[in-house]
Amino acid sequence: MGDHVAGLPEEGTPVGQKRLGLIVNPVAGIGGRVGLKGSDGTEIQKKARELGAVPEALNRAVEALERIKPVGDLQIITYPGEMGEDAARASGFVPTVIGSIERGETTAEDTRNAARDMQRLEVDLVLFAGGDGTARDVYSAIGEGSDVADGYIRRIRLVLGIPAGVKIHSAVFATNPRSAGDLALLVLQGRASGRREAEVMDIDEEAFRQGIVAARLYGYLNIPFQRRLVQGLKAASDPGEKAATEAIAWEVVDGMDDDGYRYLYIIGPGTTTRAIASRLGVPKTLLGVDVVRGGELVAADANESQLLALLEEHLAKVVVTPIGGQGYIFGRGNQQISPRVIERVGKEHVIVVSTAAKIQALGGRPLLVDTGDREVDRMLSGYIRVVTGYREQTVYKVSC
Amino acid sequence: MSQKRPIVYPYIPNSVPAVKQRMLQEVGAESTEEFYEDVPQKLRFKGHLNLPPPLLSEYALKRHVEGILARNKTCGEYLSFLGAGCWHHHVPAICDEVNQRGEFLTAYAGEPYDDHGRFQALFEYASMMGELLNMDVVSVPTYDGFQAAATSIRMAARITGRRQVLISRTISADKLSKMQDYGKPEIEIRMIGYDRETGQLDLDALKAEVSSEAAAVYFENPSYLGFVETHGDEIAEIAHERGALCVVGVDPISLGILTPPVEYGADIVCGDIQPLGMHMQFGGGQAGFIATRDEEKYVMEYPSRLFGIAPTRVPGEYGFGDVAYERTSFALREEGKEWVGTAAALWGITAGVYLATMGPQGMVEIGEGIMARSRYAMLEIGRIKGVQAPVFQSPHFKEFVVNVDGTGKTVAEVNRALLARGVFGGKDLANEFPELGHSALYCVTEVHTQDDMDRLVRALREVVE
Amino acid sequence: MAQLDITQQRFTGGKPNLRRFHQARWDEPVIFELSRAGLRAILVPEVEDEIRERVGDVLATLPPSMRRKEPPRLPELAQPQVLRHYVRLSQENLGVDLNVDVGQGTCTMKYSPKINDQLARSPKLADVHPLQDEETVQGILEIMVRFEQILKEISGMDQFSLQPGAGSAGIYANVSIVRAYHASRGEAGQRDEIITTIFSHPSDAACAKTAGFKVITLYPDDDGYPDLDALKAAVSERTAGLFITNPEDTGIFNPKIEEFVRIVHEAGGLCAYDQANANGILGITRAGEAGFDLCQFNLHKTFSSPHGCGGPAVGPIGVRRELARFLPVPVVEFDGRRYRLNYDRPDSIGKIHPFYGVAPVVLRAYAWVMSLGAEGLREASEIAVLNNNYLLKKVLEIPGVSAPYASGKRRIEQVRYSWEELAQETGVHSEEIGLRAADFGVHYWTSHHPYVVPEPCTLEPTESYSQDELDEYAAILAHVAEEARTDPELVKTAPHNSTIHTIDPAPFDDPSQWAITWRAYRRKVRQWDKND
Repeated sequence: MGDHVAGLPEEGTPVGQKRLGLIVNPVAGIGGRVGLKGSDGTEIQKKARELGAVPEALNRAVEALERIKPVGDLQIITYPGEMGEDAARASGFVPTVIGSIERGETTAEDTRNAARDMQRLEVDLVLFAGGDGTARDVYSAIGEGSDVADGYIRRIRLVLGIPAGVKIHSAVFATNPRSAGDLALLVLQGRASGRREAEVMDIDEEAFRQGIVAARLYGYLNIPFQRRLVQGLKAASDPGEKAATEAIAWEVVDGMDDDGYRYLYIIGPGTTTRAIASRLGVPKTLLGVDVVRGGELVAADANESQLLALLEEHLAKVVVTPIGGQGYIFGRGNQQISPRVIERVGKEHVIVVSTAAKIQALGGRPLLVDTGDREVDRMLSGYIRVVTGYREQTVYKVSC
Repeated sequence: MSQKRPIVYPYIPNSVPAVKQRMLQEVGAESTEEFYEDVPQKLRFKGHLNLPPPLLSEYALKRHVEGILARNKTCGEYLSFLGAGCWHHHVPAICDEVNQRGEFLTAYAGEPYDDHGRFQALFEYASMMGELLNMDVVSVPTYDGFQAAATSIRMAARITGRRQVLISRTISADKLSKMQDYGKPEIEIRMIGYDRETGQLDLDALKAEVSSEAAAVYFENPSYLGFVETHGDEIAEIAHERGALCVVGVDPISLGILTPPVEYGADIVCGDIQPLGMHMQFGGGQAGFIATRDEEKYVMEYPSRLFGIAPTRVPGEYGFGDVAYERTSFALREEGKEWVGTAAALWGITAGVYLATMGPQGMVEIGEGIMARSRYAMLEIGRIKGVQAPVFQSPHFKEFVVNVDGTGKTVAEVNRALLARGVFGGKDLANEFPELGHSALYCVTEVHTQDDMDRLVRALREVVE
Repeated sequence: MAQLDITQQRFTGGKPNLRRFHQARWDEPVIFELSRAGLRAILVPEVEDEIRERVGDVLATLPPSMRRKEPPRLPELAQPQVLRHYVRLSQENLGVDLNVDVGQGTCTMKYSPKINDQLARSPKLADVHPLQDEETVQGILEIMVRFEQILKEISGMDQFSLQPGAGSAGIYANVSIVRAYHASRGEAGQRDEIITTIFSHPSDAACAKTAGFKVITLYPDDDGYPDLDALKAAVSERTAGLFITNPEDTGIFNPKIEEFVRIVHEAGGLCAYDQANANGILGITRAGEAGFDLCQFNLHKTFSSPHGCGGPAVGPIGVRRELARFLPVPVVEFDGRRYRLNYDRPDSIGKIHPFYGVAPVVLRAYAWVMSLGAEGLREASEIAVLNNNYLLKKVLEIPGVSAPYASGKRRIEQVRYSWEELAQETGVHSEEIGLRAADFGVHYWTSHHPYVVPEPCTLEPTESYSQDELDEYAAILAHVAEEARTDPELVKTAPHNSTIHTIDPAPFDDPSQWAITWRAYRRKVRQWDKND
């Protein structure tokens, strides 16, 4: 009967005690406040503390936890001291403390250990306070492709970020600590039965400090999202994220048929673009750019020069989707589709795909492009068609 | 601008000048003009609309409207044998009592908490229809039976992934027109002929036509022309053999005595509930339904809302809400499943009252009584020289075709003469079924006494002989 | 001892206290549970003996496969019990006749005058068959023609059909007409896109899609108006038409609407005006002058026909002269002497409703307009707009609520508010506020899904409510907002004084648990007791 959500063990049905895994990254966000970008690297941390920086993550975590108080039978599982215990106690909880750390000298490895331990304890939600770096650490520990992935059948690892960093590109975060707390509360009460995949992204630190922005897409984590509490008469049935994504895939695949397979399709990374590859029965590189034609894979995980070489011989279209929480369609996570590739293909052959929910999550902000070439950025700016479903589109603003 | 006193309208409380002024002051506006600042001057309508002068007093309004309506003649004043999609049945007083109540009449789209009564009434309606149809899923009412049929075939197309729908020729031309227009983007309709003797769907023609392209075979039972399709099970079998669905349109008031189509293989059943407690209202009492088995692949294709029962946090308390609100369709190409909106909910509630009032025995008795009366009418009319009734040699429910070829008169002429005698004759089928010659569709229900039918026969006899 | 001043105790600081409301709660069983074998609630007319003798056993004429084996398992009750059950259920609703129903934004919950209901129930309409000879239905045909003239004047369009069974049906009919128009010019294949906006009624998109068009939905610009530049980027030789609501569901009138129409016309498309939100602009502005080619109204909204829990309704469509040939058939006309039904319309899109439309709804709408006249209609709109701006002022006084877009500007007949600020502060969501408001005898509608305005709440006062009632509604919202701050748990667990308590939605999405009928419920959840 297909992948109907209801067939899985019901995440939404309260069954006894609820367990919340809490990870606080004590050094997240420390840099920004004192004028340093990002805070990874012990050097930067030391410098920041010398400049009088106070870790933000603790405060943010407490803000979120305040919203979770109403859950009756809740066990908070966390790491010692500044990695979560302090925040839990400050919010009035008595946490179950596991693991061990070197206080004042916590590292990415500690975050990863915490995530793994919580996953093994089968918490209902891993709630972490931090930035992109923290998200990346959580992902590498318990995301797809991690060493914990297999062996835990049927358990969807639900994760949610409390934003506590300066630069947040990943889409795994709530908009602010209070909404993180609200959403976590709904999950723990069994009232948020929806889930979706969200990008984990991070910027290359060294390159960034030299003024080069190079965002990498690391992968996807499952985050909860809120089902409606009440429904109205006038709303038509809502297909849900997964169905919407598949409808988009149908639309794009139909288009390949319509233009007689004359075009190569350069498909960028993203959950929505991945559905297109699925529909074609072609494997999709999780984080890379693949090229297909008429249901056949022409190149996998192609880099710029491979793409340019193909463009010498063939006509092509580019299919991209907004990556990360900022709404970038070029320049964050798909730099292989370089300005020269885009110029060769032409704006009229750029197909942007996105579910309506993602467009709405932009809250009126435009889609963004940052190819590295101002001319190409300007060419792409203005308005662009976005495929949002089967025979459904919008015309949306793009800015650079 | 005239100097007369400003009118205070009974339906517009704040039109009292002092109140209006006070409110304007509170919002800091000089006049209501300010609220229209976004409407460009160029688009502002100058002066007042050219409408008839108002009837400000309720009495004047009543006289005016009643004066116009008085020109109508009713089926209480005339003896009517009209049917063809709208039928004259008795409406129990309790049906009117319930659907007149302001609480039902003026409710709309509240939540399952503050409009619990509406949800329960519609759930009960669906449940009682479920018993009538012997099916577990019934939609809230659609606009009318035409819409129900049109949506049913599109559902079948979505479920099977195919485009072709085979439809029995003995269908109302109007309904076919609707199904064609509504099916335009997705559906290709092919007609299947019928046996001239019996009216029954031509099974051989069906077998020849149905292929792996077919999404559904659609027929009605009883047919638009009134006879019972006695080979429903064979039709379903032929459809299923090729992987098509069997979609059947029914008259719900016949289901006290006729087999529910699901029992002979129907996958989707649809129809119009007007006979279940709605006055004819010049065609304003129509409402449609769609029913299927309780399988995900069907449930997911309903465009309408489906209400289900659920517990609340208080043990023993019933709650209701939307089932499968996110329709994860198996036909993603149409993931926006048609549309949802206002249709005919009050008639659904009324039909529920009707069914609860009639009960099992009532539905059996009314069905059997209708069949007996129409049979009587057919036999008596058939004895008139030059008149054939029924045209089709099959069992009938409440409608039947009467042919007057042998009288040398057209149906129009016959009906004109009947009209002069205070009788509405059956619908002229000349345009829809020219091959039936001068034929009309007569309808007999439980409202017709023996005297009524004898009077019709006398009148007909006078007219044709 | 002096008589106690009860009245005085109903006021605090000169203002009326909030009602100590409790909705009717009958804890009523499902009707099947009231069934007792053998009961009858009505007896049906008996067949005369002579007929019986004449026809014999009619059921025997049916083949066994067509004869129902057992009576349907409907409940068996006596008449007073059926009535009691339904009257109880009727009490468990909120409607215009009961509450200050300004919360159902976009639904235009105005007063449905009882005289109109009475007129619509006249046997002179109720007992009329649609296929009667035209001579015998001149009355209702006259009403329809007169009402059409009224709609023509209100809209500036040239011809109407009253056939569509509600607003969405009207939109679909208009989409069909657009399709037929382009087909008649040989451009059907080329023009396969329809443009609409996110704040127009979702049926504008859904109907277009159902009819086979590709739908392009535009988002608003920063001020909340439909984005003109986006429209310019969206039109092309593939554009079949624009379907737009104005004012949109946010209550904001698009001042550039004429330009929108012009741009689409230049691209060769048609423009359809979804006038679901007409209540604030009757006699103020018209579809005709704005250049629209088609429009549709909702008689159960602006024109006062009661909502009936969700119908019956009528969504009349109006078109320019050039498109009249596509209108559904038959067309109701006056030939100088008589009213007639004209079926000679070869280019018609066909039939969309079995007969000519829902006559009692048309009658009510006609009576409503006739009771007001042009000045009255204008007054209705102006007061509806005044009421809305008055309520806007009162609601914005509540800390934590905002009216996004067009800030500081006036609205037309409704406003989409946002409780985002309050939600951030307290963790209480818009839906929860609405449910707690039900404890005071009112409710509201949030918005279409998915929400573009966060934590939405759409209020439309119409002209039917008094200043006192608007004050009451605002006071209730203010009170609940305060509770969200001081006692959020109370709000989050609402309603408390409604008919039922918080529903557990778990069964609704699980095929093994959902039950759309009582029989499904018994099959899946209860064991069917042989003695039931």
